[in-house]
Amino acid sequence: MNSVVAVNIVRFVLLVLAQVLIFNTLGFLGYINPMVYVVFFYWYPIKGNRALFMLIAFLLGFIIDVFSDTLALHAIASLTVAYARPVIMRFCFGINYEFQNFSFKNTTKVQRVTFLGLVVLLHHVVFFSLEILSLSHLLLILKRVFAVGMVTLILCVLFSSLFSPPSE
Amino acid sequence: MQRIINFILHYRNAFLYGFLALFSLIITVRSHSYHQSKFFNSSKWLTGNVYQTGAKISSYFGLKEENQRLVKENEQLRRMLFNIKTSNAQTLDTASIDFEVMSAQLVKNSFASPRNYLTLDRGKKDSVTQDMGVITTKGILGIVENVSNNFATVQSVLNTKSNINAKIKNTNYFGSLVWNAEDYRIVQLVDIPRLVPLVVGDTIVTGAMSSIFPENIPIGVIKKYDLNTSKSFYNIDVELFNDMANVKNVYLIKNKNQDEVKTLESITLDE
Repeated sequence: MNSVVAVNIVRFVLLVLAQVLIFNTLGFLGYINPMVYVVFFYWYPIKGNRALFMLIAFLLGFIIDVFSDTLALHAIASLTVAYARPVIMRFCFGINYEFQNFSFKNTTKVQRVTFLGLVVLLHHVVFFSLEILSLSHLLLILKRVFAVGMVTLILCVLFSSLFSPPSE
Repeated sequence: MQRIINFILHYRNAFLYGFLALFSLIITVRSHSYHQSKFFNSSKWLTGNVYQTGAKISSYFGLKEENQRLVKENEQLRRMLFNIKTSNAQTLDTASIDFEVMSAQLVKNSFASPRNYLTLDRGKKDSVTQDMGVITTKGILGIVENVSNNFATVQSVLNTKSNINAKIKNTNYFGSLVWNAEDYRIVQLVDIPRLVPLVVGDTIVTGAMSSIFPENIPIGVIKKYDLNTSKSFYNIDVELFNDMANVKNVYLIKNKNQDEVKTLESITLDE
């Protein structure tokens, strides 16, 4: 149990540092800064206190907000993803994710990519609609959600297969 | 009572979500119209030091380019110095100058979001204060917003809240410089009246109406212009001289008369 906590703390810190020092400065094509810390919501243990998960997600987003001077945008997007994660999991992996012996090992690649894709989509939709906060810029919002979301998804899939979670 | 408590316990996650979401929503909406938060910004000790450590490492990769840029600027300044018309000692006396200049380095750059803030490695210890102007060798960059002991955040010109007085070079037609958040190379100049003759390629510089920047600091050139919906003012797209994605060394400008101008303006407004 302790090793799970330690692993998640290390992940938390490393993802914050990677996000603010590397991925926030990319500026690919002028506006694409992929938000790779979203992969945290894929790695976080499935069983466990949901309220604690939401608080940690909020904290993760808030710290990144303070670093990038976008107060509370990352926080609200992460919080929403954390709140909606059980629903997305049920949609992607079916009802059996609630069983005791469920792990990502028993799922197919397609299921995992769909799961990551939905998480990234939800996160980016919340993030960019609140960042721009104007219906007259709907096209700009969609463009950013799509472009940044694609890059984030590719990076998240790479990250999740590079550092696969320890078998529990 | 029991049922109410049970209800709350049953939906505790939803309540937690609602509470935290409302909290962040309020700060988000506030950040769209008001100033940046005083307590949570990247000029603070932890964030500033993390960024500075990162900047110390990455600054080695651009040393050669940065050197060339500074030598170019020195060359330009020397040319101005040698060709200066008045050379009497009185005009060069430091007691009579209006603007003070201080160098600084950027530890965090940002240009992809609609509200960009930059972080500098100078703070209260170097007597940086709010509302100092920030420029680079090529043109204007932004205005200091929050200051901590060792760091300062700057509201970039690439910020939808930014509004800077600007004019067309060698004329006195001035307007406001704003940004529509679409392209980090292009800002918009609005409120230039229709009767002004414009040419694509005209230079835009800072105006004299601001107590932050000195007059005639370069901004960019006119890329494209058209009339706004009321057909009485121009909307001008200005291509910035500065490459906002690649900024390292900057200068802070302090207007010594700023306090006097501000007090005078506030007195005038009150009456």
